[in-house]
Amino acid sequence: MTQSAPMIEVTNLDKFYGSFHALKDIDLTVHQGEKVVICGPSGSGKSTLIRCFNGLEWHNSGRLVIDGIEVYEGAKEIRDLRQEVGMVFQQFNLFPHLTVLENLTIGPMKVRKISQAQAEETARNYLERVHIPEQADKYPAQLSGGQQQRVAIARSLCMETRIMLFDEPTSALDPEMINEVLDVMVELADTGMTMVVVTHEMGFARKVADTMVFMEDGRIVEISPPEQFFTNPSSERCRLFLDQILEH
Amino acid sequence: MQNFVKKMKWPDYLILALLVGFFGYIWYSIEGTLNYKWRWELIPGYIVGWHSGREEWFANLLLQGLAATVRISIYASILALILGTILGVARCSANLTVRMLARTYLECLRNIPPVVVVFIFFFFLSQQLIDALDLERWARGIARQEDIGVWEFFFGEMRRFPSLVSGVIVLALFESAFVGEIVRAGIQSIPRGQREAARSIGMSRVQELRYIVLPQAMKRVVPPLANQFITLIKDSSIISLISVQELTYKTVELVASSRMIFEAWITTAAFYFLVCFTLSRVFARLEKRGKAGER
Repeated sequence: MTQSAPMIEVTNLDKFYGSFHALKDIDLTVHQGEKVVICGPSGSGKSTLIRCFNGLEWHNSGRLVIDGIEVYEGAKEIRDLRQEVGMVFQQFNLFPHLTVLENLTIGPMKVRKISQAQAEETARNYLERVHIPEQADKYPAQLSGGQQQRVAIARSLCMETRIMLFDEPTSALDPEMINEVLDVMVELADTGMTMVVVTHEMGFARKVADTMVFMEDGRIVEISPPEQFFTNPSSERCRLFLDQILEH
Repeated sequence: MQNFVKKMKWPDYLILALLVGFFGYIWYSIEGTLNYKWRWELIPGYIVGWHSGREEWFANLLLQGLAATVRISIYASILALILGTILGVARCSANLTVRMLARTYLECLRNIPPVVVVFIFFFFLSQQLIDALDLERWARGIARQEDIGVWEFFFGEMRRFPSLVSGVIVLALFESAFVGEIVRAGIQSIPRGQREAARSIGMSRVQELRYIVLPQAMKRVVPPLANQFITLIKDSSIISLISVQELTYKTVELVASSRMIFEAWITTAAFYFLVCFTLSRVFARLEKRGKAGER
C-alpha cells in the first residue's frame, strides 16, 4: 500500500478516569484510506481510544491530530471535526422519535444547513447503498437490529464523513444479522473510506484490515499487518487472545 | 355496580354503617345545635342569574369565579410550562452558575409555604411589573372601547386585567419550579447514547437539546406534567389572597354577603372536583391511547 497523508496521528496519548489510567502512552498513525481494526479483551481501552477520535472523550496528555485538526478539550474546531468523523455505536443510538429518513437528514439539514430536498436525495442514496431504501418512512423501533445498524451507518455517511469509526458495531446484534452489517462495512471499505473498527469479528478483519491493533490494559501491545498478526503475532498475550476467540 | 354489591362482606357493611352514623351525627349537630337554615334553592341563582332589566341571563358570582379560575389556570399552565422547561434545561446545564441558580430557585420554592411565596411574588415582582408596563391604564383604555366581547371572553372583566395578570404570573412562577423538576427528570431519562449520537454528527449543545433530547423528554413527561397542571388548578385558590377574583375569592364574597356558608363552599368544592376529576380522566385516557399508539 502506498503511504498517503496521515488522517489520524496519535502521539504519547494518556487518558485517566479519576485515578484510573485508561489509556497509556498510545502511539498510532492512520493514513488516508487505511482500514485499522482494533481488538483486545474488554476493558482494554479500545472504545475509549476511538471515542477520543471524535471528542466524545478527551485525552489528558499527549497529542491527537485528526485530518490536520488538533483535538483537545474545548477546541473550537471540534464541531467541524465531528462532521468529518462519523461514529457508529454498539447500541445504534438512532433517534427513536424520528423516521429513518429524518434520522438521516437532520444532521445535514441542521448542521450543514443543506436544503431538505437535497438532504433527502442524499439520504435515499445512502439508504440504497446500505440496501434498505424501502424502510425510509418507518421508525427505528420498527426495524430489526441489523437494519437499525445499517441506518446508523448511513446516518454517519450522510454527513459526507472522511473517517468512519465503528465501536463494536455488531456486538449488540443477533448472530443472523451480523453479516448484513459486515457486508455493508466491507462495501464501504471498498470505496476507499478511512476506517477504524473496534470489533471481535476476525473474519471481517482478515478480509478488510490493512493494519491490526491489539490492545490490553490501556496499552497498544501489537500493531502489525493482518498476515503477520493472525499467523505469527509477536506478543504472547495477543496469541492467547486470538486462540480464545478463533477457537469457536 | 352489581358486581360491587355482590363482593360486599359484613366488614364492608360495618364500615359503611359507621360512616353513615358519623356523618349523620355531624348533620344532626348542624341542624340542631347551630340551628342552620339550608337555602340550597338560592345557589343556582348565584351561578346563573336573570337580569330583569336587560331581560337576559348573566353569569353570576360562582360562574364568574369558575370562568376566572379556568382562564387563570390555562394561562398559568402555559407560562409555567415555558418557564419550567427553561428551568429544567438550566438544571442540566454544563455551566455551574446556571445550574446553581436554578437549584436555588427550586429549593426556595420547595421549602417556603405557597402562601408566603405568593405574597412575596405578588409584592416584589408582579406588582412592580404591572406598574412598569403601565398595564392599569392600558386595560382601562380597552375597557372603555365599544366592542370588547373578544377581550372579555379571553380575559374577563378588563378593569380586573392587572389582577388577572399578577395572578397568572404568581401562579406560574410558583408552579414552574415543579414543572422544572419534571422536565429535568425527563431530560435525564434520555439515554446518554442519544446525546453522543447527536454530538457525533456535529450538533451543537443547543441543537442536541432542541432536536434530539427535548422532543423525547417532553413526550415522556406528559403524564406527570398533566398531574402538575391539575395541582396548579387546585393551587390557584391560593391567589384569592392577593384579590384575584377567581372561584375561591368569589365564594368568600358570596358567603360574606349571603351567609350561605355550607351551600356555597360545597358548591365550590363540587366545581373544583368536577374540573380536576374530568381533566384527570381525560389525561388518563389520552395516556392510554398514546401508549397504544407507540406499540
